[in-house]
Amino acid sequence: MNFDTALPLLVVASSLLPGLVIFFLREDSHRLRTLLNLAGAGVKVVLVGVMIWGVFHQHSYQTSWSLAPGLELVLHADTLSVLFVSLSTVLWLVTTVYAIGYLEKSPHRSRFFGFFSLCVSATIGLALAGNLFTFVIFYELLTLATYPLVAHRGTPEALRGARIYLAYTLGGGALLLVGAVWLQVIAGPTAFIEGGVLSQLPAEYHGQLKVIFLLLMIGLGVKAALVPLHGWLPQAMVAPAPVSALLHAVAVVKAGAFGIVRVVYDVYGVNFTSELGLLAGLGIAAAITIVYGSMKALSQDNLKKRLAYSTVSQVSYIALGTAILGPVGTIGGIVHLVHQGIMKITLFFAAGNYAETLGIHKVSEMNGVGQRMPATTLAFSIAALGMIGIPPVAGFISKWYLGLGAIEAGVAGWVMPVLIISSLLNAAYFLPVLYRAWFCQPGPAWPAEHIPAARYETAGALLWPPVVTAGLALAAGLFAAAPYSPLEWADLIARREYGL
Amino acid sequence: MAETLIWLVAVPLAGAVAALLLPRQSTPIVSVTAVAASLVAGTLLYAVSEQGRLSYEIGGWSAGLGISLRADGLSALLLMMTALVALATSVYAAAYFNKAADRARFWPLWLLLWTSLNALLLSGDLFNLYVTLELLGLSAVALASLGGKTAAVQAALRYLLVGLLGSMMFLAGVSLIYAGYGTLDLSTLAGVVAAEPVAWTALALMTAGLLLKTALFPLHFWLPPAHASAPAPVSAVLSALVVKAAFYLVLRLWLDVFADLVTPAAANVLGILGAGAIIWGSWRALRTERLKVLAAYSTVAQLGYLFLFFPLLQALPPGPARDSAVGGLVILALTHGFAKAGLFLAIGIIQQRCGHDNIRELDGTAQRLPATTFAIALGGVALIGLPPSGAFLGKWQLIAASFATGQWLWILVTIAGSLLAAAYVFRVLGHAFGHQPYPQRPVTMAREEWPALILTAMAVLGLGLAGAPVWDLMEIGA
Amino acid sequence: MLTAHWLYVMTGCLIVALGLRTALLHTLLLHRLIGINVMGAGVFLVLITVAYRGPGLAPDPVPHALVLTGIVVAVSATALALALARRLTAEQDHG
Repeated sequence: MNFDTALPLLVVASSLLPGLVIFFLREDSHRLRTLLNLAGAGVKVVLVGVMIWGVFHQHSYQTSWSLAPGLELVLHADTLSVLFVSLSTVLWLVTTVYAIGYLEKSPHRSRFFGFFSLCVSATIGLALAGNLFTFVIFYELLTLATYPLVAHRGTPEALRGARIYLAYTLGGGALLLVGAVWLQVIAGPTAFIEGGVLSQLPAEYHGQLKVIFLLLMIGLGVKAALVPLHGWLPQAMVAPAPVSALLHAVAVVKAGAFGIVRVVYDVYGVNFTSELGLLAGLGIAAAITIVYGSMKALSQDNLKKRLAYSTVSQVSYIALGTAILGPVGTIGGIVHLVHQGIMKITLFFAAGNYAETLGIHKVSEMNGVGQRMPATTLAFSIAALGMIGIPPVAGFISKWYLGLGAIEAGVAGWVMPVLIISSLLNAAYFLPVLYRAWFCQPGPAWPAEHIPAARYETAGALLWPPVVTAGLALAAGLFAAAPYSPLEWADLIARREYGL
Repeated sequence: MAETLIWLVAVPLAGAVAALLLPRQSTPIVSVTAVAASLVAGTLLYAVSEQGRLSYEIGGWSAGLGISLRADGLSALLLMMTALVALATSVYAAAYFNKAADRARFWPLWLLLWTSLNALLLSGDLFNLYVTLELLGLSAVALASLGGKTAAVQAALRYLLVGLLGSMMFLAGVSLIYAGYGTLDLSTLAGVVAAEPVAWTALALMTAGLLLKTALFPLHFWLPPAHASAPAPVSAVLSALVVKAAFYLVLRLWLDVFADLVTPAAANVLGILGAGAIIWGSWRALRTERLKVLAAYSTVAQLGYLFLFFPLLQALPPGPARDSAVGGLVILALTHGFAKAGLFLAIGIIQQRCGHDNIRELDGTAQRLPATTFAIALGGVALIGLPPSGAFLGKWQLIAASFATGQWLWILVTIAGSLLAAAYVFRVLGHAFGHQPYPQRPVTMAREEWPALILTAMAVLGLGLAGAPVWDLMEIGA
Repeated sequence: MLTAHWLYVMTGCLIVALGLRTALLHTLLLHRLIGINVMGAGVFLVLITVAYRGPGLAPDPVPHALVLTGIVVAVSATALALALARRLTAEQDHG
């Protein structure tokens, strides 16, 4: 086994092995646990850096292992997987720091960080999956690894939220499995190849391929929170803030969206999907989700729930980009995968900070918080502006490309209104929050001031992550034309997909 | 290498006799025997994978007059599973029975059970199968009645009567075969048997008897009480191995010996009964209040999955698709064996800790025994059929075979069964999250928790990740 | 001769059926046990009949061996059943 065949496995192992060890640590061994977490994250960053460089220069990194005849576990690094892997790696590092601070005095930390690492490993494995079979395996592993995180607090609400989460995701997983098996029976082992392989099947299979597509989309749509399969997401907000941050920015929701991108581009091929008339359906589902999510977000007073519905809406931009035929639309969808992740995690970090420091859970309690916690609120504001689509934050770039792509593909008629309406709605539910935070006077006392004002507004481990990710969101927008930026990378993916 | 076949029967038998005669040294005797038997099973597996089918004539008498022992890929795999499960459970049982008198009563019967399992899996003719089947039933009943309480004895008695009925029907079938064909040797019969009334009646009788013993819906009524009242190590072996032995016989008869007789209608009957088992068993598991009853009904359901394969195998022509499906069936059976055994052992630990196995009152105990709870979680993952367990691979093959043959109904049943299994597994696991303090060390009762963990890990990781050789071994046919 | 052969076999099957009926339909343990034993007797009759190879020829020893083994097995099983039944009655008397 040489380096090229081992690298994908090593990237997965860099979070899996520390996680397994952490399970067996004594509850009070803080330093060792922190060391393992950060060491694993650090090693992963280095390995992923190597991987990025290698894939850019057309190296092939692939690990494969036969589980049964015709069923091969394949981890393969191509341009799309590297995009998702780097997002997961960077955000994992930041979230680990945040979680260490957030769970300072909580019980069951060994169990938490153990499953946390397993969750990241499953996400990385999913990102690196080289065929549909491997993808399905890691998709289900992700469900298993995230359930204990959602149920972590052990309260009746947490258990109820976890149960609902499980019902949705296991149901979706079952449909995904059936679709994947069916596809393999018809078309043989479905490796992820740019441009897809299914267009070569004879025409009598087209009916079955359409049904399979529907099954796969429903299965993936549950995790990607496509309406009406999104019901689990607001319920899962009972989890601690680091979990919400990870689930919404990186792991679960992105996994579903990533799966949709993979199926359309690398299994069916975007041109073939369009020929079968399936892109239109996907686009409609995405559009409905975008508008519905934004509308529900307007009516939420609970900050995390508002952010949850915002996620429902924003992740569907990725599906929308996938449904727009043409490289520009593709770029818009794929780059939003990264941008939305960075921006959303900032928002959730900030929300967690408000809750941990001042006991704020509702928007109505946020009056004047900008004076008390300026750095956090600045980070929140940058991310919120990005969500609305205001330059130079990264979100603007995604929306620009989506709009351009829609015009090029000739579907601007219904895509542009969706983009405009959703941006307006985003403004409608984010701007009032910013107004309250910066321009209103605070009430007599905060709901529950856990961390008193000292030299910094809150604990270091809670403060720096959102500042860093807000900076990244700004940088992704300002330096979008730089080499190795998310936009450049999405451009590379699109060119390889369309054969340009 | 063919001598391993007779050693596999002789070692546990010798151990049983020794344990009976020397009760005070019975535990060390059992330890030595268990390790030795496992080593022999491993040797056999290796020998079969290298040399193909093995056979051994006892006493040198040729087939027809003498007893012949045969081993192919399927029996070697099941023998290995038997050995590993029995070894782990022996370690567990040594700690479970803390009174020496209990242990002295337990060990001889335990080794006798192991002997009969090995002998059954190795038998090469129908009558020997009958004898070993009876021996298996008797030792299983005796072990099940060791629970002591009235409920246990009643359940054991019912189990015995059902078992005797089944064996008698099996014997009736065997006698008809001899009347019709004059031979009882399995490989000879495979060539000679034809689709005529004698063969049909015989197969029907034998199958009916075996279905009683393998507790296929609706003949499953005896299983939940018996498995739920028996001591934990006994329940583990009953669910994991004993019912599997009867299933193995159905498999042998339908796929090997009487393969030409099987009609689509007959195979569909088995499939429909299997579907009923899955739905009914999973539903009852979801509704029960006791962990052991949940595990017992789960066995009923999981055996149903195995029977779903019959209509599919009947419809698939010989070729790679059929071989993949057969391998899927075997890996599903193996995974269930390991997972269910580990699950029962873990439940036994909980029962010993707090005196009961009520699901609603699980909170404190589940959180204070993280290793046990993790074993239950792993076993549950294998029962649901989630990756990376071997059951996931088996279910994939099941669904693939359904698509390949166009028999869609089984897919719906499989998915429904998996979702129901998820419901009853996570109902139990929800109790692992609560407010009890996390103990300092995760493994608290080493001799009992490690066997449970290892068995369930075999099901989930061992067979899931390293299960490809199962398909290679199944190529070595009888 | 063939007619006598088939008569014995049919009788054996009839006995098996009667035993089965008792085992299934009666509720008393002892009756069921006897029913199973009767089934066994029927099966043994069939086996012994099958041993006949023709006038003047020695009978086939294999079915004889099968019957002897079968009797031993049936007796052991019945003994276990009776022992369990006695334990059950003792438990029920004490409880």
